[in-house]
Amino acid sequence: MAVIANAGANPKGFSPRLSLVLIAPAMALLVLFFVLPLTGLLDQSVRSPDLSIANYVRALGSDLYMKILLRTVWLSAMVTALALVLGYPVALTMSRVSGRMQLVIAVCVLVPLWTSVLVRSYAWIVLLQRRGIVNDTLLQIGVIDAPLRLLYREGTVMVAMTHVLLPFMILSIYGVLRSIPRDLSMAASNLGAGGFATFRHVIWPLSLPGVYSGVLMVFIIALGFYITPALLGGPETLMMSTLIGQQTTETLDWGLAGALSVILLALTLLLVGLFGRVLRLEGKGI
Amino acid sequence: MASPSRSVGATTWPVTLATVLVLIFLLLPTLIVIPVSFGSQKYLQFPPEQWSLTWYRAFFADREWLAATRLSIMVAGLSTILATLVAVPATLAFARGRLMGQGLARALILAPMILPHIVVAVGMYIAFSRWNLIGTLPGFVVAHAILTLPFLFLTLSAAISKLDPSLELAAASLGAGRVAAFRYITLPLLMPAIAGGMAFAFITSLDEATVSNFLSSSTSKTLMKKMFEDIDFDVSPIVAAVSTLIIVGSLLLIGAAQLVRHASQRAPKSAATPLPVARSAMKTA
Repeated sequence: MAVIANAGANPKGFSPRLSLVLIAPAMALLVLFFVLPLTGLLDQSVRSPDLSIANYVRALGSDLYMKILLRTVWLSAMVTALALVLGYPVALTMSRVSGRMQLVIAVCVLVPLWTSVLVRSYAWIVLLQRRGIVNDTLLQIGVIDAPLRLLYREGTVMVAMTHVLLPFMILSIYGVLRSIPRDLSMAASNLGAGGFATFRHVIWPLSLPGVYSGVLMVFIIALGFYITPALLGGPETLMMSTLIGQQTTETLDWGLAGALSVILLALTLLLVGLFGRVLRLEGKGI
Repeated sequence: MASPSRSVGATTWPVTLATVLVLIFLLLPTLIVIPVSFGSQKYLQFPPEQWSLTWYRAFFADREWLAATRLSIMVAGLSTILATLVAVPATLAFARGRLMGQGLARALILAPMILPHIVVAVGMYIAFSRWNLIGTLPGFVVAHAILTLPFLFLTLSAAISKLDPSLELAAASLGAGRVAAFRYITLPLLMPAIAGGMAFAFITSLDEATVSNFLSSSTSKTLMKKMFEDIDFDVSPIVAAVSTLIIVGSLLLIGAAQLVRHASQRAPKSAATPLPVARSAMKTA
């Protein structure tokens, strides 16, 4: 018995040294191939071509780059708002139905999450290109005479990005809604509250942690999103991500690419630093 | 008066209608590529006038597409193994060990999931071109292992927090060393979570497009890079066929992973039953 009591006194079994050995491989991998490349960007931004802040002056002083930065923030905010408006009802329904219905909704939400972003962006091209399904259908039923230009527009990029990021919002809100005891809304209705009053005064306030988490998650991912804007956007819808990509592989202006990257990174870290507490990452794995 | 169960369980019709419409918006655009891939014309048609396997044949006859597919599968497999090999001990260190700077280490492991992927991609591109890792298998594998690490870490942490620590203590009290307790108790109990996490890591790597896009070279590119180029250059229906194959493949793998996970939810109970004595011993202690 004494042995067991002894073991119970030290539930955290591993010594500091063993713990260090266990975590060392992960840390080595991350420091070498993740931290070093990121600090390399910072290095590029202040040393290319020579030691100065010229790249930052160029990035922040230019009307064009400023416009792109503002457009990125605005588009990300719109995508986040759209995802919230579209996602909340789904999360609400998901938390209220049970059994097979819940499974069906869960599958509808999870399947897109685990379908390639590239495939989903490509699907929008199939739908919206000049000779795409939407234009063909509209031409056939005689609504339009000539194909509409649907791609490479800001609205299209916005809708497609919302489409890609919506599952994150739904799952964040659902995770919180699920944990609200049903007794609460039952108590509210027993006290005479109608359906909407119950929602307004009980469910909505209690679901806010999920809303905050979803909003921050979607906004952050949208800020640095590359694939969808790169495929569906045009020169008029250039975002920070597509601009950084261009500077890196086409213009080969690594100094400017570095400065723009550091600005985007700083913006993200600022948001995470200020509001990171609301992020509930645990449910995001699967 | 409506019965309480109805007024709580049922949703109002506007919410239900909104849900149905949003789910259609979520699913339909993606599913459209499936019928389109079975067309026979050079341009995309919906519905196809003539159903055929033309574009599937074209895919399996194209050396460049096949090479990209092979590379992607290899990268996904190797990066999943690498990520698992570093994630399992790291998770154990967090769950059972004593670490200095635990918060910082956790932030570092989760960072690849939160920081903008374009910044990660460009940073790796510039560093990897100095180290001659662009378009190489080690380059892709290391990059994808870093990107899938947070997902594995979260999945494994959740699984390990549900384990009953008294099982390991019981093993220790019966004379098992730390390694033996891990080998015979912890690892078998974690196995379903590890397998499920690996399946998802595999798909994450296969679908990863942003970093792959920058780390690919003109001679060595992943499937996503090849698709990206083809879409940008000329929307050929081969991409629709490849997309369909990817959708079906991912769903099969996810279905399998879900089955494993489902089994794992029952596993702890069944695995715990051989040790009821140890459990009751803990209670008395």
